[in-house]
Amino acid sequence: MSDLRTRLKQSIIEQLNLEEFEVEDIANDEALFGDGLGLDSIDALELIVLLEKEYGIKLTEPQQGKEIFISIDKMAEYIEAHRTK
Amino acid sequence: MKNKLYINGIASISAQAGNAVFSDSIAEYHQNIIPAIAPNYKEFITATALRRMSGAIKMGLTAAKIALKDAGTSMPDAIITGTGQGCQQDTEKFLKAMLVQNEAFVSPTAFIQSTHNTVGGQIALNLKCRAYNVTYTQNSGSLESALIDVQLQFLEQPVPETILVGGVDEISEKITSFLYLDGQLKQEETYNLDLFKTGSPGSITSEGAHFFSISSVKSSETYAGLLDVLVFNSNTSEEVSERINRFLKENHLTEDAIELVILGNNGDSRYDHFYTPLQDEIFRNKTQLGYKHLVGDYNTVSGYAVWLACNILKNGEIPEICKLNSVPIEKPKNILIYNQYLGENHSIILLSSR
Repeated sequence: MSDLRTRLKQSIIEQLNLEEFEVEDIANDEALFGDGLGLDSIDALELIVLLEKEYGIKLTEPQQGKEIFISIDKMAEYIEAHRTK
Repeated sequence: MKNKLYINGIASISAQAGNAVFSDSIAEYHQNIIPAIAPNYKEFITATALRRMSGAIKMGLTAAKIALKDAGTSMPDAIITGTGQGCQQDTEKFLKAMLVQNEAFVSPTAFIQSTHNTVGGQIALNLKCRAYNVTYTQNSGSLESALIDVQLQFLEQPVPETILVGGVDEISEKITSFLYLDGQLKQEETYNLDLFKTGSPGSITSEGAHFFSISSVKSSETYAGLLDVLVFNSNTSEEVSERINRFLKENHLTEDAIELVILGNNGDSRYDHFYTPLQDEIFRNKTQLGYKHLVGDYNTVSGYAVWLACNILKNGEIPEICKLNSVPIEKPKNILIYNQYLGENHSIILLSSR
């Protein structure tokens, strides 16, 4: 599970070009949007693509993103429960 | 009736750093595709915004902010951008992802930012400017088309105070290298300062952004007056001379009033005949400058010529490295910029001292 979180952080840093960040800079319970990591709506689109590409999870309802992309912990839990690869 | 317009702020990002052309620190290259010398973008753009910006967006936004600051203003009444190739890096990134990933899982960011008007849009977003915002893409006449729109906007009511106008183009790994295939680039590796001596087909290319803050009001810091701009298509060098004469006449000037010309010679032997008659005949007794041996050739490179002319008109210094002949000159009053690309797209820009 912790490996998944580390890999997820690495993927997010790479996919979203968060050049200023290292894996250890992102806390597992830190908010990804708003006051936390400061991601925005374009990043949300990138995260949807990332879930499908790396874990075979296809989000069809935009509302799902709001519930899943809260933090690394929430994302990891959702991936564990729904991954197809 | 065109208003006289004044260039009050200028900015250049190119293969030559800052005012290098006026010093001994000329950058020399032994390559045909030359990246621009990047300023420290973090001084102008937040890290959050920078992370997804391609070269063109970074260069364009930074040059725009420098030009506005130079003019002592922060909010233009219009943003007008010229770009020949648009956001080529994101276009290439998106197309490559489509191919490699079999049209699946492609990055939305690259797609969103691949359009030609991304730079103008990002400038507006950064400045929080909701005013008129238009991007022109007309090959090597893109910046000139933007400048013509500037002239038109100053005929509107209410008359704008300041218009931000600029040209930007970027290189990318694959799309730029395609210029070798159709002969736009020289086949042999070229030393940039020897560009005009090569005598072979093709040229060298680069990237850059040039922005200008233009107003109908002259200030103590004004660089130059923007008198007129013309773009035209032609296949014959005879027509170029005729067009220049007609252009000057329409501006109530004769050849005698032009003391200095900045020419778009790019070392491509196939198209030198567009410049030779100008250099040997109508502008024979004028100081002639070239600049593409310093900054390469690309669709909006005439922005560098405008930037160069602005500096010359304000400070009177003529960079030795740019001289194509030895006709002496003191501080010029009128500068004419002529450029052409592939013998088809031609442009003339006329600037005067303030």
